Amino acid sequence: MNEFISLMKPELIVTFIIFVLLFTKLGKGVKNSSLLNLIQVLLLLNFAAGFFFNKEGSLFGGMYHTDTLIAVQKNILSLGVYLISLLFADWFKKTEHLSEFFILLLSALLGMFFLISSGNFLMFFLSLELATIPVAAMANFDLHKKISSEGAMKFILSSAFSSGILLFGISLIYGATGTISFTELPALITASPFQILAFVFLFTAFAFKMSIVPFHLWTADVYEGSPMATTSFLSVISKGAVAFIFITVLYKVFQPMQEVWYNMIMLLSIITMITGNLFALRQQNIKRFLAFSSIAQVGFILVGISGNSPEGLTSVVYFVLIYVFSNLAAFGVAATISSNTGKENISDYKGFYQTNPFLTWIMALALFSLAGIPPTAGFFGKLFLLKSGAANANYLFITIAALNLIVSLYYYLRVIRSMFMDKNEEPIGKIKVQLSTKFGMYLCAAGIVFAGIFSWVYDYIQSLM
Amino acid sequence: MNLSILILVPLITAVAVLLTRTRQQVRWVSLIGAAIQIILSLLLFVYYRNEVAAGNTAQMLFQQNYEWFPALHIGFHLGVDGISVALIMLTAFVVIAGILVSWNIEKMTKEFYFLLLLLSVGAYGFFMSLDLFMLFFFLEIAVIPKYLLIGIWGSGNKEYSANKLALMLMGGSALVLVGLLGLYFTNPERTFDLLKLSTTHIPHNIQMICFPLLFIGFGVFSGLFPFHTWVPDGHSSAPTAGSMFLAGISMKLGGYGCLRVAVYLLPEGAKEYANLIIVLSVIGILYGAFVTMMQKDLKYINAYSSVSHCGFVLLGIGMLTKTAITGAVIQMVSHGLMTALFFAVIGMIYQRTHTRMIDEMGGLLKKLPFIITVLFIVGFCSLGLPGLSGFVAEMTIFMGSWQHPDMLHRIVTILACMSIVVTAVYILRAISKVAMGPMKATYSHLKDAAWNEKLAAVILLFGIIAIGVAPFWLNDLVRPGAEIIMQKITGG
Repeated sequence: MNEFISLMKPELIVTFIIFVLLFTKLGKGVKNSSLLNLIQVLLLLNFAAGFFFNKEGSLFGGMYHTDTLIAVQKNILSLGVYLISLLFADWFKKTEHLSEFFILLLSALLGMFFLISSGNFLMFFLSLELATIPVAAMANFDLHKKISSEGAMKFILSSAFSSGILLFGISLIYGATGTISFTELPALITASPFQILAFVFLFTAFAFKMSIVPFHLWTADVYEGSPMATTSFLSVISKGAVAFIFITVLYKVFQPMQEVWYNMIMLLSIITMITGNLFALRQQNIKRFLAFSSIAQVGFILVGISGNSPEGLTSVVYFVLIYVFSNLAAFGVAATISSNTGKENISDYKGFYQTNPFLTWIMALALFSLAGIPPTAGFFGKLFLLKSGAANANYLFITIAALNLIVSLYYYLRVIRSMFMDKNEEPIGKIKVQLSTKFGMYLCAAGIVFAGIFSWVYDYIQSLM
Repeated sequence: MNLSILILVPLITAVAVLLTRTRQQVRWVSLIGAAIQIILSLLLFVYYRNEVAAGNTAQMLFQQNYEWFPALHIGFHLGVDGISVALIMLTAFVVIAGILVSWNIEKMTKEFYFLLLLLSVGAYGFFMSLDLFMLFFFLEIAVIPKYLLIGIWGSGNKEYSANKLALMLMGGSALVLVGLLGLYFTNPERTFDLLKLSTTHIPHNIQMICFPLLFIGFGVFSGLFPFHTWVPDGHSSAPTAGSMFLAGISMKLGGYGCLRVAVYLLPEGAKEYANLIIVLSVIGILYGAFVTMMQKDLKYINAYSSVSHCGFVLLGIGMLTKTAITGAVIQMVSHGLMTALFFAVIGMIYQRTHTRMIDEMGGLLKKLPFIITVLFIVGFCSLGLPGLSGFVAEMTIFMGSWQHPDMLHRIVTILACMSIVVTAVYILRAISKVAMGPMKATYSHLKDAAWNEKLAAVILLFGIIAIGVAPFWLNDLVRPGAEIIMQKITGG
């Protein structure tokens, strides 16, 4: 019993918070702002608790596995959720069903915790479903908007489809090897054609969740239709969680067939980067813009994964942490503008610097970090991903990736340009930023500036390998 | 001497600028920071000479080596040799002049100075880095401030120019990055440390791949033909201080990188590609000179002539002789000072006449004696008049080039010499149109340089004349560094 509590601590805390939120529905007339304060405090505690008493061990006959690295991965996700609760305060205060939103969000987070910890394909499948279905409801949260329902529908259909493929892949794996346990599988993987077929199906399911091209088609519509808080959750937390388990599955379970997946990852990485970048070039809506840019970012994560080394794993975890700060900051600014003025187009941002220098600088920092410009942390994140990818001495691949950085810089600079340089007679007026949003933005900015230059963040993650 | 101070001072100045409130404070904080920096760089020069005079023959002096990302073998490794000291002094001179020239900038003063100082942090760090990761870090730090400086405070087609500059420079640095990763993974120690890398032998085939990546990558920064197209657009759209920094400092990052990283670490690759480099740089020299003849805008004249003059830097590097490499470094310093001053003067004239077209000016010598006199001196420096720095630099490069007895090098050297004639034509034509002839009535109320402009001009003129009259101190400073690079090239 003690072991159960100490190993499953993160999951238990999240479950506890969900129950607390359920009970707040009992009392009538809890104001949104005080409820939000409560949620923020609980999530902060959840994040803080993630630092302590992390142990290594397995439960339920190997179904559930945790260690200090996994605990850090979970804590990165907790941090992201805490930042979401701060950054989107404007929208949270307006929404009618605040506690439901967070109950759904935390259920999805719970699913992701189990997902990262899973030691068995059955557990993996169950937790992936738990992490997906609540998000579909969250995507539909702007009830009065048709586009929101459309996005949610697309999300449900595409996730159902990918779940089907995943199950098919799992059953093929079981057929080929006779087991679905992560610990027993590596010894039985021989890269026979049948196993490769099974792996391709599994891979497809991952590709759906991480929106790797050509399985990305749902991304832009869902991102555009969902409320900004859901979009950011999908693009940061959900992608991060899947990337973590993806890397575990590849490095541990399918290590014996690494030549097979190295080539797949390399090809998909190239087309993902190129497609994401090319589509992001022309986007007008900031959400769609960030959606395609996040597809390109996933391409870079794949470069790091292709390294197939402990360094690759470290660089991916490190990159996801930085990505949490940078992308959430960008979404936070966009959401603050959107919920105060309803404007979501890049051309609306013209002359924004004249009226809102603070928000502009946060956005600029975030975009520079996403583009990988020093001294922001994104520079280090991108560089370490490329570095781990370069370990295979495949210079053509690395050159393509590096050149993609330039394309991505072009479109990030587009936003910067319209905020700083373009003239506008009637720029968006001065926006009053909520205190908690401001605090969240400062946190993100601090993360963007310091997580790179101060090497101990990277060293800490490295030390857990 | 503690080299970290040289990075910390501009960084602290930049942060202090952010904390100031009024425009007055912003200007004075920046000026004081830059003044401290120039004193430090002169101190560095003195200390360096003392060390060398005392018989310290180490390749890099004042080294500081800290671990930065120990798991990845990335260090924070600083150190200087004569070449770095020369370029650090150049940076300090240009920075203080740039700050003085933009004294009266009205729009977003605080941001302007912050970006200028951030750019200088990048330059100082770059010239002192002995770890290639750090070097790359500082190289890229310097790109985005340029973009914002041009895009926000620039003139003309500024958004286009800013974008072009940022993307081309980032493209260059992407190539550099791939080359650096190649170096990292082919040495058995897995290190980015320049000194360690220089002692390990890098296989020939890797050199053949990495050298062009690194040389072209850094070459983009210094306007290597055919990657020079950002130079004229960027320079002509930038605000005065931006142009000064771009041409005076930023283009030197490229030359220094070519020399210190590409040629020094990959000597075999350098030998294989040397002919290509010199051909490209001579094309750049001649092309730049001839295009300049056709320009009517003063900034375009100086921008294209920068392509031509930076071609000399690459020519000197490509010649792979000790004298030519020394000449290339002297040319970097000389051109940095000269072109910064040229842009400063153009800025001063533009502020008064509100035009940069030489056809619309005339007879300004009467009204602006100080500014136009400086313009004359700079022009003469540009066309290589003895007694000024340009002559020393170009002469040294030609002497180094002539040491090769074969046909190609002879032809290339003669062609490069001929460009000086073309330079004389366009410089004299432009200056005479601006300074002499009948003066427009609208210019009769113009006032000559203010104290800040005079100070900026005097600081840069001091450098130009000091090198021109007494080139030996710069020569002595640079030669040991060039010798070490040559040893590596001839030794294999």
